[in-house]
Amino acid sequence: MKITQVLKAATTAGVVALLMSSSAYAVTLQMHNGGDPGSIDPHKVSGDWENRVVGDYLEGLVTEDPEAAPIPGQAESWEISDDGLVYTFHLRDGIQWTDGTPVTADDFVFAFQRLMDPATASEYAYLQYPIKNAEAINSGEITDFSQLGVKAVDEKTVEITLEAPTPFFLDALTHYTAYPVPKHLIEEVGDAWTDMDNIVANGPYKIVEWLPGSYVRSEKNADYYDAENVQIDEVFYHVLEDQTAALNRYRAGEFDILTDLPSDQYQWLQDNLPGEAHVEPFLGVYYYVLNQEKPPLDDVRIREALSISVLRDVIGPDVLGTGELPAYGWVPPGTGNYVENAYDPEWATLPYEDRVARAVELMTEAGYGPDNPLNLQLRYNTNDNHQRIAVAIAAMWEPLGVNVELFNSETAVHYDALRAGDFQVGRAGWLLDYNDPSNTLDLLKTGISQGDGTNWGNNYGRYSNEEFDALMDQAATEQDLVARGEILADAEEIAMDEFAAIPIYWYVSKNVVKPYIEGFVDNAKDIHRTRWLTKSE
Amino acid sequence: MLGYALRRVLSAIPIALIAVSVCFFILRLAPGGPFDGERALPPLVLANLRAHYSLDQPLVVQYFIYIWRLLHGDLGPSMVIEGFSVSRLIAIGFPFTLTLALTAFVIATAIGLLAGMVAAVNQNKWPDYVLVLAVMIGVIIPNFLMAALLQLWFGVHLGWFPAGGWVTGSWMHLVLPVTVLAWPHAARISRLMRGSMIEILGTNYVRTARSKGLGERLVLARHAIKPALIPVVSYLGPGLSYLLTGSLAVEQIFGLPGIGKYFVTAALNRDYGIVLGTTILYMFIILALNLIVDLVYAWLDPKVRYR
Repeated sequence: MKITQVLKAATTAGVVALLMSSSAYAVTLQMHNGGDPGSIDPHKVSGDWENRVVGDYLEGLVTEDPEAAPIPGQAESWEISDDGLVYTFHLRDGIQWTDGTPVTADDFVFAFQRLMDPATASEYAYLQYPIKNAEAINSGEITDFSQLGVKAVDEKTVEITLEAPTPFFLDALTHYTAYPVPKHLIEEVGDAWTDMDNIVANGPYKIVEWLPGSYVRSEKNADYYDAENVQIDEVFYHVLEDQTAALNRYRAGEFDILTDLPSDQYQWLQDNLPGEAHVEPFLGVYYYVLNQEKPPLDDVRIREALSISVLRDVIGPDVLGTGELPAYGWVPPGTGNYVENAYDPEWATLPYEDRVARAVELMTEAGYGPDNPLNLQLRYNTNDNHQRIAVAIAAMWEPLGVNVELFNSETAVHYDALRAGDFQVGRAGWLLDYNDPSNTLDLLKTGISQGDGTNWGNNYGRYSNEEFDALMDQAATEQDLVARGEILADAEEIAMDEFAAIPIYWYVSKNVVKPYIEGFVDNAKDIHRTRWLTKSE
Repeated sequence: MLGYALRRVLSAIPIALIAVSVCFFILRLAPGGPFDGERALPPLVLANLRAHYSLDQPLVVQYFIYIWRLLHGDLGPSMVIEGFSVSRLIAIGFPFTLTLALTAFVIATAIGLLAGMVAAVNQNKWPDYVLVLAVMIGVIIPNFLMAALLQLWFGVHLGWFPAGGWVTGSWMHLVLPVTVLAWPHAARISRLMRGSMIEILGTNYVRTARSKGLGERLVLARHAIKPALIPVVSYLGPGLSYLLTGSLAVEQIFGLPGIGKYFVTAALNRDYGIVLGTTILYMFIILALNLIVDLVYAWLDPKVRYR
């Protein structure tokens, strides 16, 4: 009898201990993260799936709140000089890397210099070009890194000097290109600092495991200054690019958050898991570029005909099924520092039949019609959605006497062709790097002459208008935000009135979030740092 | 036989070199490069990246650099996955792919052989029909669809197995992926086994064995199974390599850390290092498997002699 009682008691105690330990231990967030990180070095990453991992383990001077607006991060406060050129940041007391080394102003200076060092070959370095001499250093014109406008006044003070007042600079500082990196560690081990054996963190989480192809796992950083308010103890960032498989695993309860969803399942989600799918406007534009370097698309009449005959209202709801909003302008709605609904062309409100009639008229004027059809090649990178849209738009152009040849290729080949100008009509998309209209409008600036040619950068269509360029330059130095917004709006109007490209829809972010996850606030940047989330189960 | 094996190994060296060279140059003929993403890189950054990976050198020089490194056992860096050498990615992913493929291989081969024999002995009776149905399902349904269906049934609706992911040491996570991989393989093996068994059972020496009064079991065990295995064995080599390379869809859908996906995604990303590295790996596997299969023939078929 006694023995059974002892056994019972022991078992009960064991079970209780187990329950207690599991409740006191680890609240684990299972996040579907999409792609496999190419790197976890903030100077070498470029994707949003990398941003989710990197932005949890490193923190810049400024960081994002749940709505992705800039709030104090490693810096607890800052002052901006009256001319808007000098930002002075004061670091928090007691901040440190997870190896115990303090985070100092030197780490920031070192990080910005490393970012701009051409040898680092950072893809997104240009985001910090507002900083004085940044572009010159990044392009190799200046080789003395100490001339970069980022200085350590003392151990706790970082002073950043800009080329020109930049209204979105604080927002740009939340980007991973502005994160500090551990100077002491990189000087010791170089690029190997991101190896699992070496890596340190200064953010709310620290990376503890990376299994390429499967997941990255991070644990809460107890040394983080706001650690007491961080609720999730452990995060898995799962690699899974197959959206249907991801949804299956979400339904099986293996994922708490999906960061993408198959468009054709959106209706099903709304019917069966109401409230869990978050489809929200996202700062980005999906568009077709028109190669204006050679005929026939150098003719503005043809560009207009092609653009106004695209029935955008059916693309989001019917072709894609996720309700993307039709785009008629170049700057996404909700972009900061801008004029609300700046570009709203009158043709967009005309009945579609009238638009087609007008387009046919323009094509006739340009010398094309049923007897003399215009043959166009439409290039897109291989993807079901791009294909559906291309087929739909080819059908919309048919009544104008346009014969479309669809041509798809993989992403690398596609963008190689766009960059080389080897296309007529090409699919492209742009997601804003920071919340400012200049980020999309810059896409339409005339290329920079370089050696024997012109470097068109991301202006694949080679749109060029002196007046537009002049306005963009003027806006770059305008300090009054309202006036600057109006100048940029004028620039947008010029480019769009000339049909510099065909905007099709504004992107949406597509997340699916379990009801027991709290603190997930929809925002136009689609950034949701784990530190703000809670999981109640 | 040792001499034969040695000659085969030596003759594999020029084959390997030719394969690597052809692969190297074909890859470079494809338009686009590893750094052609959605956004243009600043020219200096691009130049630095290219210099870092020796892509700024003439192609022939790059080729010799690659071969030189290869001879020293270095597969070079990955151009798209920063901070991982190709050898390290293979070292992480390949054991997993191998576990997955071998598990599927052993299970599928055992099931396939058994099912094929049972069907042959019960030709045109119900076990035969059941087998034909299972074979049809295995061969007709592409593995990505099978993966999604199994995931939905057993992962979501029934909840018997994890719908995906990998936890080190957890066999539960392997059940669905292995099933998807094994099914078509088992189907092919059983068809081969059934066909060859039926043929053997109709031969004169089997009739002789029966007529001298041997029981059916002994006839099968002593006289029929071994010769019936020959066509199956010649399929096993390609079959295993098919399992190893065919794990792509399974690994992607279930989010497993194998190397199957690198084979395809790296090619799309023009990650020359990984494409060449995995190609070389698979080439060696296929060469080795073919050699093993040829040697196994000798044991099975006395008519085969090695010179």
